[in-house]
Amino acid sequence: MHRNEIPPGTLYLLILKALARSGELHGFEIAHWIEQVSEEVLQVEEGSLYPALQRMLIKGWVKAKWGVTAGNRRARYYRLTPLGRKQLEVEVSEFNRVVGAIARAIQTA
Amino acid sequence: MIDAIGWLTRLSRRISMALRRGRFDADLEEEMRLHRELRARLQVERGASPEEALYAAERRFGNQLVLREESRDMWGWNWLETFLQDIRYGLRTLAKSPGFALVALLTLALGIGANAAIFRLVDAVRLRTLPVKDPQSLAIVHLKTDMWVSGNFNGSYPELTYPLWQQVRRRQKAFSSIAVWSSDQTNLATGGEMDIAHDIWVSGDFFNVLGVQPFLGRLISTSDDQPGCAGGVDLSYAFWQRRYGGDASAIGKTLTLDGHPFPILGVTPPGFYGVSVGDRFDLAVPVCADAIVYGEYSRITSADARHAWWLAMIGRLNPGWSLERATAQLAAISPGAMQETIPPQYDADHVKHYLAYKLEALPAANGFSRLRQSTSTSLWLLLGLSGLVLLIACANLANLMLARASTRGPEIALRLALGASRGRLIRQLLSESALLAVAGAACGGVLAAVLSQSLVALISTPNSSVFLDMSTDWRVVGFVAGMAILTTLLFGLAPALRSGKVPTGSVLKTAGRGMTSGRERFRLQRILVAAQVALSLVLLSGALLFARSLFNLMTRPLGFQQDGLLVANVAFERLDLPEARRNPFIDELLDRIRAVPGVAAAAASNRSPVNGNSSNNSILTENDISGGQPWEERIGPGYFQAIEIPFLAGRDFNRNDSADSPKVAIVNQVFVSKFLSRSKNAVGQQFRLDAPPGMPKPYYSVVGVVGNSVYNDVHEPFVPVMYLPSTQDAHPLIYATLLIRSQVNTASLANDVKNAIAGVNPQVDVQFVVLRTQIHDSLVQDELMATLCGFFGGLAVLLAAIGLYGVISYTVAQRTNEIGIRMALGAQRSGIVGLILGEVSMLIGIGIAIGAGLALGGGRTATSLLYGLKANDSLTLALAVVLLAAVGLAAIFVPARRASRLDPMAALRYE
Repeated sequence: MHRNEIPPGTLYLLILKALARSGELHGFEIAHWIEQVSEEVLQVEEGSLYPALQRMLIKGWVKAKWGVTAGNRRARYYRLTPLGRKQLEVEVSEFNRVVGAIARAIQTA
Repeated sequence: MIDAIGWLTRLSRRISMALRRGRFDADLEEEMRLHRELRARLQVERGASPEEALYAAERRFGNQLVLREESRDMWGWNWLETFLQDIRYGLRTLAKSPGFALVALLTLALGIGANAAIFRLVDAVRLRTLPVKDPQSLAIVHLKTDMWVSGNFNGSYPELTYPLWQQVRRRQKAFSSIAVWSSDQTNLATGGEMDIAHDIWVSGDFFNVLGVQPFLGRLISTSDDQPGCAGGVDLSYAFWQRRYGGDASAIGKTLTLDGHPFPILGVTPPGFYGVSVGDRFDLAVPVCADAIVYGEYSRITSADARHAWWLAMIGRLNPGWSLERATAQLAAISPGAMQETIPPQYDADHVKHYLAYKLEALPAANGFSRLRQSTSTSLWLLLGLSGLVLLIACANLANLMLARASTRGPEIALRLALGASRGRLIRQLLSESALLAVAGAACGGVLAAVLSQSLVALISTPNSSVFLDMSTDWRVVGFVAGMAILTTLLFGLAPALRSGKVPTGSVLKTAGRGMTSGRERFRLQRILVAAQVALSLVLLSGALLFARSLFNLMTRPLGFQQDGLLVANVAFERLDLPEARRNPFIDELLDRIRAVPGVAAAAASNRSPVNGNSSNNSILTENDISGGQPWEERIGPGYFQAIEIPFLAGRDFNRNDSADSPKVAIVNQVFVSKFLSRSKNAVGQQFRLDAPPGMPKPYYSVVGVVGNSVYNDVHEPFVPVMYLPSTQDAHPLIYATLLIRSQVNTASLANDVKNAIAGVNPQVDVQFVVLRTQIHDSLVQDELMATLCGFFGGLAVLLAAIGLYGVISYTVAQRTNEIGIRMALGAQRSGIVGLILGEVSMLIGIGIAIGAGLALGGGRTATSLLYGLKANDSLTLALAVVLLAAVGLAAIFVPARRASRLDPMAALRYE
């Protein structure tokens, strides 16, 4: 199957969305969720996921807490903060604007 | 605003995370391991073998170390880690050469300490604001004039007369509240030896203007300061502690000021020292009580009140009023205020000048300061000189660092070759300097606290004690911190930059043998050494200038014999003697004193020589030409014999010179040459004392001529003086200065004299002054300059010598091979010494040439502080040059000798 890397700048948006949908997720679950809902089109690079999560922690968009997985493993769970929820709206509207613009641009005869 | 809050919360997250960064790595590691395992399990579910799956998952993660570092970098701890690393590295390299570290630390501590100590003084004298409510809205009201007309001036800041103050208070609109004050001394004892306290006269609103609250009891207010008041005193906190042991029951007790009892009203708070920087007060007394204390001489109620200048004014500006607006309003009311207060003593010309006086408002946040005016030039000069010392110290350290850096050349080249970034290396080398600078500044700061206290002690004398609030404030801390940063840059930056520029290949290659890359590096070192020599010459010649100036002052002829002279100030106000009995009373005192064993002579005067009390008077010479203003002293018979001023012609005063006989005067040589006719014998000539229109201008006949003597200030040239007999005074005084000539030691003589005076009347107050001490005290500032400049000069020369020694030793060591070859080829030992001496002489020569230029240029600022020589005194400069050259050559003697003693074979093998 053909796999695409996530377009630059949209990783935050996808992580925020994943957390908004599912509440609490650990790192692998976030990556897995993105891959599943995109029907394996989008691939989350671990190399960018963890630095991105650190940055989001600093910005205060997400909170992290240690918990236990179904398989009884210790895992760090991330959750949206109110600030993160607001940021999601910002990122979504920004994304729509850009995508709309690109769509208009390529549809122009 | 919102952004700032966001930034702050983000910062707090970073910091709280940084505090737990040990766990951070472990957490991240665990998180990623879980991720890999889950990923692998997913692959296994899709049919891969477990090994393949794990391997694929690992591959997806890439370099985990890099990933972890990237995640960590997100938090921005990098700088912290490298910073700590740099510090550790710096500490390690310093620990490896403790000798260097110690020398560097000592140099910096001395350099920074000296600067900070002087700065503490500058801060305390000039920069500190008054410790009162809102000092920025305070203003001083100052009287501006191009020409002061005569008057009686008292206190530290005589700006106003009492009648003028009344006018200003009534007319001014610029201030919400306004007050006057004056400094004075008062005698607390009731008979016997005087117990002098420093008091300030304050008008009713004084404490209100400043916003000072009582520590105990109540402070003087407007209700205490009414004409005809009963008076009362407030004690300063320090005085209350000293005299009453901080006992609250002092309130309500009675204190006697110059024989007049006053109740104690309250105590001022501990941090309040008055409004004059450099002084403090013991007591505050309402202005109205001047009428009680000074009685017939009162500067409020006597007929001479308009002639008595003694008050200084301070006010709190109305909200919204600027100093300019206040000045404009004060200028507008000035003519009216002057018109109402013309002193009756003035003639038409004086009145014209008087009416032109203008009041103006000046900023008062830093308070009044006599000290500021008198020490301003010397303080800035000292700060500049101590700055030069620090520069020399930095040049020295830079040289040491350069030498160290060059021996570390190969190490640095290797690290560069291994991929260290130059910026990172420079930062690392700088951190070593920074460590030294911070440690040096810390030691220097402590040193400064001690030094500055001793500086204050140095400029303080028993008669004019200097008190400064020297507590550490933000300016002092900032100054020391600034010094640390500045010195780091000064001595660390050049070597660090230079090391960063090392061309990797060549240094690695030359690390073995035959250092040839040194030439370029030596140039900087040579420049630094020449600069050190130049600056040292400036400091050394400055030190010699001030030393010679002090020597001139201490050895100048005074015109009288200061040794074996005891001065006793006596006051007999409380005896209430009628005028006619005052002079006979003084004679009686003198007779008793002359009878004391060991007393060779005794006489009375109205002033103590060289103590600041002085008066001058206009005279008219022959043909009534205005002659000018000679200084005056009123004396009794035997004065010249007691003080040992030589008699040149004519006779002394005697008992026949009475109020009824023709008026007579004795004058000094300057008076003769300035005011008397040259064609005739001085004795027998006449002059008149000038007086306002309508008043008699009496004739005085010169009956004697005496030698010149210092009248008031040892720094002054001889001035014209006329001595008038106190026996002819229209209004004899109720105090006198008795000059007692004796070879007996001062303490026992003073005791005998005190007993003799008490024998006449126990109510007489006495205060003893040793003339030698008093003269010495007037030279404190010269002594301060000579001592400090000597210290700085010595330090500078020492540092320059160390610098020369270091650079030459280093050159010799680096050129061992070359010297070996020269010697092997037949060079003589003397030739080798000559080679090195020639090189150094050039360095010293260049340094001295530049330094001489700087010293001549910079010396001009010192002109006003020197006595008996010019700032560009060529002898002093020559002396400094010779001294510095000698020390410089001595410093290089050891390395030059070492070079000449090299064994050529050993030298050739030397690496």
